[in-house]
Amino acid sequence: MDLTLSPSEEEFRDEVRTWLEENHPGPEPDDGLDQVIAFRREWQRKLHEAGWAGISWPQEYGGRGATLIEQAIFVGEAARLETPSPANVLGLAMGGPVVIAHGSDEQKRRYLEPILSGEEIWCQGFSEPESGSDLASLKTRAVKDGDEWVVSGQKVWTTLAQFSKWCMLVARTDPDAPKHQGLTYFLMDMEQEGVEAKPLVQITGEGEFNEVFMNEARIPEENVVGGVGNGWAVAITTLMNERAGLAFGAIAQIQNSLRRLAKLATETRANGGSAADDAYYRQRIAQLHIEAETMRLNAYRGLTKTMQSGIPGPEGSLGKWQWADLNQDLTELALEIEGAYAPLARGAEHAVAGGAWQYSFLRSRANSIEGGTTDILKNIIAERVLGLPRLR
Amino acid sequence: MYFDLTDEQQAIKATAKDFLAARFKSERIREIAASADGTDPAGWGEMAELGWTGLAVPEEWGGQGLGIVDLAVLFEELGYALAPSPLFSNTIVALALSYCGSDDQRERFLRPLGEGSKRATPALWDVGSTATPGAFTMRAEAGGDGIVLSGEKVLVMDAAGVDFFLVATADGHRHIVAADAPGVSVNPEESIDTTRRVSSLRLDGVQVAAADTLPAEGAEYEAVFDRLCVALAAESTGIAQRSLEMAVEYAKDRQQFGRPIGAYQAVSHRCAQMLLETENSRSAVYGAAWAADAEPESLRLAASMAKAYASDAGWRVPDASIQVHGGIGFTWEHDLHFFLKRGRANAAMFGDAKWHRERVAEAVLSRAAEPAAA
Repeated sequence: MDLTLSPSEEEFRDEVRTWLEENHPGPEPDDGLDQVIAFRREWQRKLHEAGWAGISWPQEYGGRGATLIEQAIFVGEAARLETPSPANVLGLAMGGPVVIAHGSDEQKRRYLEPILSGEEIWCQGFSEPESGSDLASLKTRAVKDGDEWVVSGQKVWTTLAQFSKWCMLVARTDPDAPKHQGLTYFLMDMEQEGVEAKPLVQITGEGEFNEVFMNEARIPEENVVGGVGNGWAVAITTLMNERAGLAFGAIAQIQNSLRRLAKLATETRANGGSAADDAYYRQRIAQLHIEAETMRLNAYRGLTKTMQSGIPGPEGSLGKWQWADLNQDLTELALEIEGAYAPLARGAEHAVAGGAWQYSFLRSRANSIEGGTTDILKNIIAERVLGLPRLR
Repeated sequence: MYFDLTDEQQAIKATAKDFLAARFKSERIREIAASADGTDPAGWGEMAELGWTGLAVPEEWGGQGLGIVDLAVLFEELGYALAPSPLFSNTIVALALSYCGSDDQRERFLRPLGEGSKRATPALWDVGSTATPGAFTMRAEAGGDGIVLSGEKVLVMDAAGVDFFLVATADGHRHIVAADAPGVSVNPEESIDTTRRVSSLRLDGVQVAAADTLPAEGAEYEAVFDRLCVALAAESTGIAQRSLEMAVEYAKDRQQFGRPIGAYQAVSHRCAQMLLETENSRSAVYGAAWAADAEPESLRLAASMAKAYASDAGWRVPDASIQVHGGIGFTWEHDLHFFLKRGRANAAMFGDAKWHRERVAEAVLSRAAEPAAA
């Protein structure tokens, strides 16, 4: 057992840290999503030039080929320093790895470089209004017409669709096959007449994600990834990629929030002292720290296990569940500490901490929904880790 | 970065699991739990032969010289088996002598403890005291060539059959008191946990020679306290693990409405929650155990995190397991109540979750004013 970094890993961390500190572009603009995306494109261009964009990708495809620990270090450092997200985060985390794993040589040549540079942004067309957790029931149809596929249907929760060039689209190509078969994974050009993205406004007032309507959209047959009818297996790869490595960024983000929470408690007057002197708040704050530490240590154990076996196990679901609970508890406590000031939001003259906690409180409501709901994660854990029977 | 047991530690775990499963079957645990004094001399002898009494005792004093990670591995298995064994109380005294004794005391007291030829237990809290860590009120009065002790200690574990007690006094010192010294009397108490007995200990003008008072004082015992908290948290983790396994097994077998009850999410999600708490507990324990061996400056915080978390998980998980079992889980006939009781008793000992969380708060809130670690 050794919970320290090796000398070469420490050297890598120092290199990452120095580069990120020297190149940190500062806080994101707050005057609209267009400006934010332009800012993130510029940041990704910088990351790519320095070879950090495809850190987990193999070197032959323009990546860095970093080890799992190096990836964890990079993600953790970036989160700790609160660098912006790259513009094409889904292309880097999911699109690229899928093309590398399942794509043809021609697809690799065509798509990988613009993903890394951020020149082309990718979105994910999986969920539908009637197919959320039960993804395999999706209804969007693709029908062969000569050397093209014609697609009609609707996707939802499509993050950054309005800025995307390519959509990782899963559509039903054989309606007579069992539901997990008969699906195909396509790369759909978003810039065409048959595709329309409409932003959905979230409870925070922002519009990160969209509804996407496809009305006889056209996809050339060379844009099928992994073969017709093989869409479920290909899609699963992307979901696995989504989980791997995220834990270390999430942990660093929680640690930053815990520091801000302690500052809030210390600066909030309560009972003649500060909230940080209050026994009840001290208990709550301590418990959050303890859970953050168990989450960090679980992630280390998971990383060790992944290095031994080569693939991330279903235990990753525990970390995602735990993170969602923890981030929600944390923001709930912040509002509790603010007391009667809790409703004052961004823009209010007397909002505490500029209304940052109000935003975090609202945004974190989605943590137990996005990327696999907590209820579904509990099913996965019950079935695949504990071996309990399936209800379905 | 490697967060897993070594091959040697896996071997300790496997040996412990096999031995304990064979030695402490349900019937045997029940016999010991129902016996007059709760002792098991045969089992104790075998544990000594396996080297467990001296596991973390330095080699120069006859022990195996292993670390706290190894100790945690063993105690997790002791909890898993719900072994009614005085190894925990004995280990506390061994740790105290290792860290805080003189060489003469190590020779006279630690060596036989490590060999298993003698047995000891700490006597810490006083009748009427708050029974929180460090709150000792017994006075060490000068007398003879050393001191004289009078008063009553409570919550003394495994007192039946010990050779000596390690008695704490208000001045922060610890003293060796032979069980057969004049003025010593032991009165058993009833505990919800019949697999680990507690007694009160009366001392009426007991003479302690100067050579039997350990040289260390107050805060120097923190190294011992933090390590014993890790061992106890490891035991609670084992209790949680076993209770979880019992729940999962039952949920697969038990049929209602034509299906195994584990197919229902009310049951399966409860089991998932039990897994989360058990795994968190295990991570906290081994993180702290590693700190004890490799990074002692972070042990204090890590040990309190582990003891706080495992205190809760150590009884909540058996409680949840009882709920999964339904009515049968509430019967004396089923073993689960022993796990619940041990877990709850562990939660109360050596600082409960609230006490340790306050220790965590002290550390993290004083750190809050500082900028992010560079």
